[in-house]
Amino acid sequence: MASASRRARAAAAARLAVGVATTLFGLVLVTFVIGRMMPIDPVLAVVGDRASAATYAAERAEMGLDRPLPVQVWRYLRALAAGDLGTSVVTARPVIEDIGRYFPATIELATVALALGLALGVPAGVIAAAHRGRWPDQVIRITSLLGYSMPAFWLGLILLLVFYAELGWAAGPGRIEVFYEDLVTPVTGLLLIDAPLDGEWVILGNALAHMALPASVLGLFSMAYIARMTRSFMIEQLGQEYILAARAKGLSEARVVWRHALGNALVPLLTVVALAYGSLLEGSVLTETVFAWPGLGSYLTNSLFNADMNAVLGCTIVIGLVFLGLNLLADLIGSLLDPRVE
Amino acid sequence: MIESRRALRRFRRPAATAAAMFAVLAAGDAAAATPRSVLVMAKSLDDLITLDPAEVFEFSGAEITANLYLRLFRPNPDDPAKPLGEAVSSWRASADSLSFEFEVRDRLPFASGRAMDAHDAVFSLRRAVALNKAPSFILTQFGLSGDNVGERVRALDDRRFTITLDRAYAPSLVLNALSAGIASVVDREAVLANADGDLGEGWLRNHAAGSGAFSLRRWQPGEYLLLDANLSYWQGPPALKRVAIRDIREPSTQRLLLERGDVDMARNLGPDQLAAVDGIDGIRLLVVPRARLFYLALNQKRPPLDRPAVRKALRYLVDYQGIAERLLGPAARVHQAFLPQGFLGALDDRPFDFEPERARGLLSEAGLAGGFEVRLDVRSDPIALRLAQVVQATMAEAGVRIEIVPGSAKQVLTRYRARRHELFMGQWGPDYLDPHTNASTFARNPDNGDGAAERTLAWRNGWEIPELTARADAAVLERDPARRARLYQELQREVQADSPFIVLFQENEVIALSDRVEGFAAGITADQTSYHGLRK
Repeated sequence: MASASRRARAAAAARLAVGVATTLFGLVLVTFVIGRMMPIDPVLAVVGDRASAATYAAERAEMGLDRPLPVQVWRYLRALAAGDLGTSVVTARPVIEDIGRYFPATIELATVALALGLALGVPAGVIAAAHRGRWPDQVIRITSLLGYSMPAFWLGLILLLVFYAELGWAAGPGRIEVFYEDLVTPVTGLLLIDAPLDGEWVILGNALAHMALPASVLGLFSMAYIARMTRSFMIEQLGQEYILAARAKGLSEARVVWRHALGNALVPLLTVVALAYGSLLEGSVLTETVFAWPGLGSYLTNSLFNADMNAVLGCTIVIGLVFLGLNLLADLIGSLLDPRVE
Repeated sequence: MIESRRALRRFRRPAATAAAMFAVLAAGDAAAATPRSVLVMAKSLDDLITLDPAEVFEFSGAEITANLYLRLFRPNPDDPAKPLGEAVSSWRASADSLSFEFEVRDRLPFASGRAMDAHDAVFSLRRAVALNKAPSFILTQFGLSGDNVGERVRALDDRRFTITLDRAYAPSLVLNALSAGIASVVDREAVLANADGDLGEGWLRNHAAGSGAFSLRRWQPGEYLLLDANLSYWQGPPALKRVAIRDIREPSTQRLLLERGDVDMARNLGPDQLAAVDGIDGIRLLVVPRARLFYLALNQKRPPLDRPAVRKALRYLVDYQGIAERLLGPAARVHQAFLPQGFLGALDDRPFDFEPERARGLLSEAGLAGGFEVRLDVRSDPIALRLAQVVQATMAEAGVRIEIVPGSAKQVLTRYRARRHELFMGQWGPDYLDPHTNASTFARNPDNGDGAAERTLAWRNGWEIPELTARADAAVLERDPARRARLYQELQREVQADSPFIVLFQENEVIALSDRVEGFAAGITADQTSYHGLRK
């Protein structure tokens, strides 16, 4: 019986590995082909507009672009298998190093935004469900709808104009003031951690000030999503028979709602949170652009404009892996919280 | 109902926590003024690919490396035919003008502390030729190549070196070419210590080994570039300890940062932003004439653009003055010849005005009384697009129906370089302060075939001009500056009268800066921009 269970687990792990590999392969292949079909010449990003034909041809050959497409794909995959994502033509550094530099900025922003989203979204969703059809529900639903449908770049610009340009309450674009750059020793790449580790409290304050507006924009977006989904899961739970039984036992309404119903809504909510975190990590491109936030989104956009395909492919793979990883993590935690989930 | 109030009370706790967190975030160091010893500049560095002077060929790179390195010569804005020695203290040409001997200034210190010698200069030139990167033609046009550079560029001793050319070129051309970024002198010991069989190409992309007024602290592509004062600079240390350049691409963001005092200088404001900041207390505008030209190019492989009457008609369908006054404002002035003002032989003739009636007549002569349809490739930046829209409107008055095809800079250049465009709206900046730099591309096309080795602007537009090419080639050998200037003026008049190029404007860079900032020095080319005298 135990060995059958082990075999089943091994088979599930193998299926998962094949699924991940196939997804990544498909992702790389599609991105590679689209990249080569783009109407931008990647050699231009390296040699500039005025290079002689000889210089241009030499660089094109060095980049391997004179080879047939299948050969280019094969060479890329071979290097990828060895953990080499290639070199960015824009930064002239290994893509893996660039990602190591830019991704922490995105993680930091997304994590703070998610924390805001969770802190506001879950209680809002629970309250809306508990007061279904009444004014708190209406207020929360309208707020969520607004948060979900408002374009992030527009909201970002408005917040910048009001809180930075007009009122001067918040710091402006960027991660920190440029004259504080290069003063913190990078350990994790997360300024909110590295600055206090280095005893740079002024820089921590500056980093927090710069974080406020972009994190609020993204936080509002995730709050709206989490609140809507929490409300929906809670309404479903509050209609279950065990809730009726709990109320019949004389439990307080707060205990019924916050402990029993919310406890059971947590499992599907975890997947929602994982997805929200995933979209914050890859979907904050516009917010990063508006706030000049030096994250993966900005790096990806810049790379796309320069047809820097190694960088684009590297980012695509990382984002794909993050999505797969977060979904897997949500499944694992879900199975821990609810033994019925395999 | 009581239960719902309880639920609301429970909600208040996390909500209050979140609000407190936001307050802490927002109440941080929100208003940070720039320190007095640091100049913070907002500038788009989207064209910055490398900081290696042997490879730098775009505007931002040219400006920054000019502050990191000393070049052999520097351009002379007062007399463009006579560049001034920078790393070189004296020079002389041989009697047959085929060989030039230079003497390196005594005790010029690199930022590393080492003194520059002639071997550094020779190493730098040989390296630039051997690497064969985009700007290498500035040196190889004199007959230098990877095979012969070791022989033709030689050190005579620690102070003196020679360059031997293949022909007797005008000295002003040779010396001006040696004032380009590619003639920057690198510290050969520092470069070789960091070379990996690549002559230090990989290392110098984001490091510096120069003797300029500043040294490179760090360049983080897409984010910032930090320059520290070189305290051993031969003309005295800069007044500022650091120049910090924030790579901000959005003009509106640059404006916000300037207005809030988070940057001292904004370099890429558009006409709208400039109008908005003009008159704000504490901010002033600095207009710097630049050599960059705006032009329209007509692909001669696409009928009817190859007909002389059509080329002429289109020249009368641009409202030059109207665009300069109402659209570009201080950012440009009308200029209709391929050499910008400030160059030897520059021509200030402006024979074309907006004359739709005359254009209609010319089109009728060409059998196109009903006009024609044509596509215009244009960069999708706000100014270029608005310029394209105005041109579209004025050309429509003679029935020329333009379809604007916007694209990213690299996208439209890809089509242009492949000769797949019809009309193209472009910008061109010279590579060094000699008329040959523009003549060699606007008035030269040695081979119009698809596989040509030299792909000048004339080639990109399929313009076959053997006679003009020969004259442009002859002009580089004219040693008398006055006669040379006349030769280029004649070339310009011909290109102006009939060619695939409609030169429209010469650019002015309008910089918005804080009143506290003084000493910003700039010339018509990017590499004449100096941060040395900046102070706050």
